[in-house]
Amino acid sequence: MRVPGLVKGLAVTMRALTRRSVTAHYPDALPELPPRSRGVIALIEENCTSCMLCARECPAWCIYIDSHKDVVPATTEGGKDKTRNVLDRFAIDFSICMYCSICIEVCPFDALHWSPEFEYAELDIRELTHEKDRLREWMWTVPAPAALDEHAEPAKEIGVARRAADREAGEGV
Amino acid sequence: MPEALAALLRVLVVLVAFLVLPLLVGQAEHKVMAHMQSRVGPMYAGGFHGWAQLIADGVKFVQKEAVVPTAADQTVFKLAPAVALLPYLVALLVVPLGPGLVGEDLDLGLFFVLAVMGVGVVGTLMGGWSSANKFSLLGGIRVAAQLMAYELPFVLAGASVAMAAGTLSLTGIVEAWQPWWLLWQGIALVVFFVAGLAELQRPPFDMPVADAEIVFGPFTEYGGLRFALFILAEYAGIVVLSALTAVLFLGGWHGPFEDTIGWVWTLVKTFAVAFVVIWARVAYPRMREDQLMRLAWQGLVPLTLLQLAITAVGVVAWA
Repeated sequence: MRVPGLVKGLAVTMRALTRRSVTAHYPDALPELPPRSRGVIALIEENCTSCMLCARECPAWCIYIDSHKDVVPATTEGGKDKTRNVLDRFAIDFSICMYCSICIEVCPFDALHWSPEFEYAELDIRELTHEKDRLREWMWTVPAPAALDEHAEPAKEIGVARRAADREAGEGV
Repeated sequence: MPEALAALLRVLVVLVAFLVLPLLVGQAEHKVMAHMQSRVGPMYAGGFHGWAQLIADGVKFVQKEAVVPTAADQTVFKLAPAVALLPYLVALLVVPLGPGLVGEDLDLGLFFVLAVMGVGVVGTLMGGWSSANKFSLLGGIRVAAQLMAYELPFVLAGASVAMAAGTLSLTGIVEAWQPWWLLWQGIALVVFFVAGLAELQRPPFDMPVADAEIVFGPFTEYGGLRFALFILAEYAGIVVLSALTAVLFLGGWHGPFEDTIGWVWTLVKTFAVAFVVIWARVAYPRMREDQLMRLAWQGLVPLTLLQLAITAVGVVAWA
């Protein structure tokens, strides 16, 4: 009466036994991650203006930024002194971070990027707060952005940069 | 004196087999179950595909503190793992591997083995009662109910093959065995195997230890070495049940070149049955308590009675 079902159960398990397992042998073989994997957040310190947008948008409040203003003396006679933001501290506490990517999307200067690296477990939870030099190191692991489609328009930024370069070259002549 | 020495040697060999075979079955379960679920199972212990996993587990269990609950019945609690384990050692003593290759050839072998296997369940029952824990008690009661229900078809199925062979000696039964008995004793084979699984509380008959609802049944309060002994008892039980099924129903050492490598055939058949035990665990979900009882009383008992009738007709017709 229930025999077909019982046989089916045996057949399914036997078939699985004869096939290769789907287990990824992680520490021995590294996983192939998709290019936009959210592993760890990398920071290009040079791009950061300490605008605090990321820290304010962070839902988990895990970004710590300290900065001060430096006075840049006027370059021309009688000109006005300028001020410039200097980043003292930029830290992300990955024990709180929920990998929502909001900071990266909100950054107007492309200072934050996703890196697919994920092996940064620590024995002490305090070690999970990555300071800016460590965040800078992650930058080397950020993959290049995906190539555009074959007949796509070139990226807007490239056009802007090229026009500026052309203008400068014209003025130089 | 040499006679005593030979007896000692036999006991030693049985003891070694008793310590090694359950580990083999346990390791096989680790790997077979894993692959049946598209996993790989233990991979690291011992270097090659985790072959030393159970040894590592054993070392871990030995290191643990032996905790006895304050409210527990101390003596019974401590005695229970031994009561659960030892019967299988004793049972293994009388199971023949080949002609003459047996720890102790009893004329009442089958009777002895069935009686002793029933004692093993009492160990679990003792553990469940003495733990002073409601989950343990529930599990213990379920063990008792299962023992009541499945002992009957188990013994009757064994009786059927004893009737067919005309002897209770395990060696005698194997010698009387013919390949066509697979058909003649087919029902008894299935019933014996299923009832044996239930007796060992193996999935799908693991209602007494159902870990998702009553923690771990009678073993809830056990830890460390005592727990390990219970688990060892389960695997020793698989070995004994498989060996018994092989000897009673699958013809033991009968097979090609049985004069020289008969004992290999017994082992091969034993492990084949053990494989099916593992297979059943992976393939089937746990049965509910009422389904368990229904299967025993409305399914297996009538089937064995039918088998007994068939056997009786056969014996009268051919003898």
